[in-house]
Amino acid sequence: MQLHGWGRYPRIDSEQLEPASIEFVQAIINDKGFRDSVIPRGGGRSYGDSALARNVISTRFLDSFLQFNEEHGTIRCGAGVTIEHLLRVAIPKGYFAPVLPGTRFVTIGGAIAADIHGKNHQRDGSFCDHIERFSLLLASGEVLECSREENVEAFVATCGGMGLTGIVLEASLKLEKVPSITIRRESLVSANLGECIELIEKHQASKYSVAWLDCQAKGEMLGRSVLHLAEHEECGSQEFRKRWGPTVPFSTPAFLLNKYSTKLFNNALYSLRKKTAGVKIVNYDSYFFPLDNIKHWNRVFGRKGFMQYQLVVPTDSAKVALTEILKLVADSGKGLVVSVLKKFGESNENLLSFPSAGYTLTLDFKNEPTVFALLDRLDQIVLAHGGKLYLAKDARMSENVFKNSYNNWEKFVEIKNALDPDCKFASLQSKRIGLTSQV
Amino acid sequence: MKILLIGATSAIAKAVARIYAERHASFYLLARNEERLKELADDLIVRGAAAINSQVLDLTDTTSHAEVIQNAHKALEELDIALICHGTLPDQESCESDFAQAEKALNVNGLSVVSLCTEVSKILKVQGSGTLAVITSVAGDRGRQPNFVYGAAKSMVSTYLQGLRGKLLPYNVHVIDIRPGLVDSPMTAGFEKGPLWSTPELVAGKVVRSIDSKKHTVYVPGYWRIIMAFVASIPEFIFKRLKI
Ligand SMILES: Cc1cc2nc3c(=O)[nH]c(=O)nc-3n(C[C@H](O)[C@H](O)[C@H](O)COP(=O)(O)OP(=O)(O)OC[C@H]3O[C@@H](n4cnc5c(N)ncnc54)[C@H](O)[C@@H]3O)c2cc1C
Ligand SMILES: NC(=O)c1ccc[n+]([C@@H]2O[C@H](COP(=O)([O-])OP(=O)(O)OC[C@H]3O[C@@H](n4cnc5c(N)ncnc54)[C@H](OP(=O)(O)O)[C@@H]3O)[C@@H](O)[C@H]2O)c1
Repeated sequence: MQLHGWGRYPRIDSEQLEPASIEFVQAIINDKGFRDSVIPRGGGRSYGDSALARNVISTRFLDSFLQFNEEHGTIRCGAGVTIEHLLRVAIPKGYFAPVLPGTRFVTIGGAIAADIHGKNHQRDGSFCDHIERFSLLLASGEVLECSREENVEAFVATCGGMGLTGIVLEASLKLEKVPSITIRRESLVSANLGECIELIEKHQASKYSVAWLDCQAKGEMLGRSVLHLAEHEECGSQEFRKRWGPTVPFSTPAFLLNKYSTKLFNNALYSLRKKTAGVKIVNYDSYFFPLDNIKHWNRVFGRKGFMQYQLVVPTDSAKVALTEILKLVADSGKGLVVSVLKKFGESNENLLSFPSAGYTLTLDFKNEPTVFALLDRLDQIVLAHGGKLYLAKDARMSENVFKNSYNNWEKFVEIKNALDPDCKFASLQSKRIGLTSQV
Repeated sequence: MKILLIGATSAIAKAVARIYAERHASFYLLARNEERLKELADDLIVRGAAAINSQVLDLTDTTSHAEVIQNAHKALEELDIALICHGTLPDQESCESDFAQAEKALNVNGLSVVSLCTEVSKILKVQGSGTLAVITSVAGDRGRQPNFVYGAAKSMVSTYLQGLRGKLLPYNVHVIDIRPGLVDSPMTAGFEKGPLWSTPELVAGKVVRSIDSKKHTVYVPGYWRIIMAFVASIPEFIFKRLKI
């Protein structure tokens, strides 16, 4: 069947296996002589080709909870459990996920493999900082127990390792105790990028912080944005709720998304968010998962799909680098929707984890031939400032760019080769960026 | 709420159980794979189930049904809902060339279900309340070339339930026949999936709503009622030539 990531580019014909339980995953790895490479797949919410290969093993049915220690807030569950289900169980008991991505459809396995970050990285680190242990199925069929005490090398390579070390079967996660899940959101408007960065720096103590940026504004208004700070309310709801919304039934013809329509849209969004400036009590799902309400929203970018480009640059050079980047993007008129700007705290010891001290910017682009040259130019700016790109979003970065920005890639390959000597686990992405060989 | 779940490790059954676990139901689970049964029990406890008992059993072993169902009743004390979910999708071609295969399929999907309904009905009649819900299939609506052995078993159960419904009415016992269309579950692992397919979670939501609102025959999703009405309306001289 044809598979793709959330960006619907690229696509590949692959055989997808959906084992009904952990024992079946093991049986597949033991019995099946795969002719081509294999990669695990969770919710398919990575944008590019991280979860694409000729053979894909879905963790969809590894979705059971195994144990919940309500006193300590540790929960053990299958790798296929989604953030949504995690919240369903955690919230009524007064707990919350320590790190949340922008969609509730991400799985625990995918969150570990990309060592995902939330709007609180500065304060709470990334997802794997809250993982206590996990079991990892190796290519040999052996199951390895990994933690910061046991099989440490496998642990630091698997956290952020994009499924290349093996299949995470189940994991233990430490949840966070919160007073309520009602969110008190404060929105601050800034007229340009400089102001926005100043505001972020000033409000570093805020629990959650994310800026929505108009990537088409130019000149004086370059980088104009609305910063959303947020805290959990002391008294508020302790109830899981799910919003229902419309579905995008099929791909929108791509020509409807042109320079003018997106500019209009970005303008409208900016003024809408600006209007909501000030303090507001909001639901956690509308704060954390603003787009989840529209099913299949990725279809609006047309059949050819789209690409998300997420970069991080060190704090010192952030203003200069981001100005250069936003200028190029605004002049090209190709940036879609609204961009997101966040500040990261320090990096952790995981070899391929993305977050590192600095500013991270997320931009969306429709997949069209001219975009690739633009992105190549952005790569050069990112590299020049000592930054890097997020593998979970990437569909096109070159081997050269990858190896010049991820300093620990050689150490990663060394551990990967020890864990998977025949290189069974590989994705389109790992082959493209030279983490595994091309064949 | 006390629930007897038969074929509990089926994807649809699991999804239904999770909804009831959030409502703090107590369960008695029957399934044939011990390890997966244990996994499901742990999962339901974490999701809020009040209590769980279970029994490992090959459901085609009809001689044990009376005892097993009585044990379940003893453990639960009361029985609010009994949901029968197990089934297999046999290879039609091998059923045509080898009666042993057809017999097996008819046993799992048909006779074992009738046997279980018999035992559950006895208990519900005495109790004077409760709901018996059975998952059949749209495949039972008309015998079609690709799966008429499976379809025959399912239609047998549907016909049986139609009669049973009336018989149990005076005892205040409700009977629901749930007919899913195409569901993306382990049963259909090798199939190419398209827009008509739904998920076990979606089916489960509808199963629970139908039990809540005491429906009789439920198509899941609802559009299958229209599709099957159309299929049923095709004249036989045309239908016999169709490989659908
Ligand atoms: C709307 C939206 C918002 C997002 N917001 C954020 C955000 O705020 N922060 C952030 O960090 N990311 C964000 N993401 C990206 C997303 O969190 C990551 O791509 C994540 O890895 C997706 O998880 P998944 O379960 O969908 O995995 P997939 O996309 O299926 O797979 C992603 C990677 O994980 C590997 N993998 C999956 N399961 C396993 C397993 N069991 N064992 C080993 N490897 C495995 C795959 O091989 C692949 O390399 C967002 C994505 C979307 C669509
Ligand atoms: N999937 C569809 O498209 C579809 C469509 C219409 C109707 N249905 C019906 O929906 C019900 C649930 O199916 P599903 O989709 O959830 O598929 P599933 O996950 O494969 O469930 C089928 C279950 O039946 C169990 N089973 C089979 N034979 C058994 C036996 N002899 N003893 C005990 N258990 C047995 C299986 O046990 P193991 O796990 O141990 O194998 C499995 O748990 C079935 O009745 C099916 O006919 C399904």
